[in-house]
Amino acid sequence: MDNNDVLAAPAPQLGAKPQPGGLKLFMRRLVSQRMLVLMSVPFVIWLFVFKYVPVWGWTIAFQDYQPSLPFKEQAWVGFKHFHALFSEDRFLIALRNTLAMSGINLVLGFVTAVSLALLLNEVRKVAFKRVVQTVSYLPHFISWVVAAGIIQTTLAPEGIVNELLKAFGAIEAGQEYLFLGKAEWFWGIFGASSVWKDVGWNTIVYLAAISAIDPAQYEAAEMDGAGRLRRMWYITLPGIKPVIIVLLIMNIGYLLESGFEPQYLLGNGMNVDYSENIDIFVLKYGLQQFNFPLATAAGMFKTVVSFILLFSANHIAKRLGQDRLF
Amino acid sequence: MANATGASRPARGSRRHASVGDRTFDILNYVFLTLLMVVTLYPFLNTLAVSLNAASDSIKGGIHLWPRQFSGENYKFVFGEATIYNATLISVLRTVIGTLVTVFASAMVAYTISRQEYVLRKFVTIAFIITMYINGGLIPNYLLIRDLGLINNFWVYILPGVIGVFNLIIIRSFIEQLPESVIESARIDGAGDFRTFINIVFPLCLPVLATVALFTAVYQWNSWFDVFLYNSSNVKLSTLQYELQKILQNSNTTSSAASAFAGSAASSLKVSPVSIRATMTIVAAVPMIIIYPFLQKYFVKGMTVGGVKG
Repeated sequence: MDNNDVLAAPAPQLGAKPQPGGLKLFMRRLVSQRMLVLMSVPFVIWLFVFKYVPVWGWTIAFQDYQPSLPFKEQAWVGFKHFHALFSEDRFLIALRNTLAMSGINLVLGFVTAVSLALLLNEVRKVAFKRVVQTVSYLPHFISWVVAAGIIQTTLAPEGIVNELLKAFGAIEAGQEYLFLGKAEWFWGIFGASSVWKDVGWNTIVYLAAISAIDPAQYEAAEMDGAGRLRRMWYITLPGIKPVIIVLLIMNIGYLLESGFEPQYLLGNGMNVDYSENIDIFVLKYGLQQFNFPLATAAGMFKTVVSFILLFSANHIAKRLGQDRLF
Repeated sequence: MANATGASRPARGSRRHASVGDRTFDILNYVFLTLLMVVTLYPFLNTLAVSLNAASDSIKGGIHLWPRQFSGENYKFVFGEATIYNATLISVLRTVIGTLVTVFASAMVAYTISRQEYVLRKFVTIAFIITMYINGGLIPNYLLIRDLGLINNFWVYILPGVIGVFNLIIIRSFIEQLPESVIESARIDGAGDFRTFINIVFPLCLPVLATVALFTAVYQWNSWFDVFLYNSSNVKLSTLQYELQKILQNSNTTSSAASAFAGSAASSLKVSPVSIRATMTIVAAVPMIIIYPFLQKYFVKGMTVGGVKG
């Protein structure tokens, strides 16, 4: 099979300038490492086809794209479709909804997950804690389709939420709310649904960080007469602060990724003004109305802004002396 | 971990001081967490109860945790449909094949980029990492899949997602922690890279590969968007999740054209759209609900290995 002598010499770094004769050396190494090449290069080709070729498709955003014409005959129109995009009301609404929902998700997601992790950490009965954790992970493992089915049932006029409201006298029979029909409530329903689905799962990282806190700190605080709430506030919370900050910054990088499935699955004609985000906009204009250039421009705008946000987020996390996420 | 230290904390001295406050806190905490479990579980149990309740009775509402008029009709109806039978098969197939392909391919590439002497190591690693930041987006991806002839094709479920960068990175970190001596001794025995990978590295990686396999299996089982986007005109390639999505869409828009299946449910006397929706929801969710408690430690490991450090 391959030669063992590849281990003998230190490997040259690719990207380092090949010295005179370097190319020859590089080729010789490549041949002697042909098995590694065979094991990885087919997947680089796969990567190129499925991940890099679509980026070339961004050219559509700068053309008056005609699907029937070959690439060379497409008419180039510069930033025309981007101008159209930003004067399109539906897009501006989608942009607002995207930012609002990812903002809600970010704040609500953090506050609830950190709080739940703190509360779980205070549970002393191991069995009880295990049960709560296992139960709270459950909604994470079901698809958004299943979750949407469950949410629709729960929020239906005959669903449990309306029944509870009736039981507490907040509404009379016959006044049941059609929750998903109230457009201005959609952001709240979306936020609550996301918390329901992922709050347990999101505690994992914080619980791991909490378990790394030195128990001596708690003992010292207890000696000083600090109660439970004070210990949570002055020891646990500062102990996981680095993790919180890194995750917060990284999530800011995903600000334009408000998700697609919950909005699409829970969205309907009545709440469209608050549920339609950029991803749904792209789907509607692209694949339902066949306005490929406008939809591609919207998708490209999202990717480019996300790219800038992610890179800055990574950079800031590094500056703060934390590990980058990737 | 944390609760172990909690239990070993001295139970005397200052504890008595704060005992009233502490006890109140404990009680409130237990009450709150129990409430949280109820809120999490109730919707599932309610859906289960509706699916096991006679459809004609469910319409009256008021079903909570237990079926009022027990009936297996809904399940009989769902599994009597050839569409659902076939969709279950496709869901299983894409989960099994997708998981096997992803695990094998990710492990193999991860092995190559863990070899410090590999001349293309940096090139391959960077080529993969860049794709985390940039993607073509929906329309260019759709046009690519169309041009590759993958529309109305089973392999559209497998091919676009063969290797995820996240998986690649956690497997590579795992391999790099293995003792180099194990790999070297294989080489001294004359094994090439592929044999070293298959015989030595792959078996040693099983713990991390279990994590990757589980993440992939959950992803594959739960996917519906690729079915909707690429294979919606071929009912033979439909999956359980997509059939459920069509039913939801149907009850959402009340345009009965969305799903012939839900339409036939409405015309049948024994079942109703509401009970079929509940039944399909349970059928689509149950495999994951059954397996996750046993496998959660692998998921948790994957989250804490991959989530905090790349």
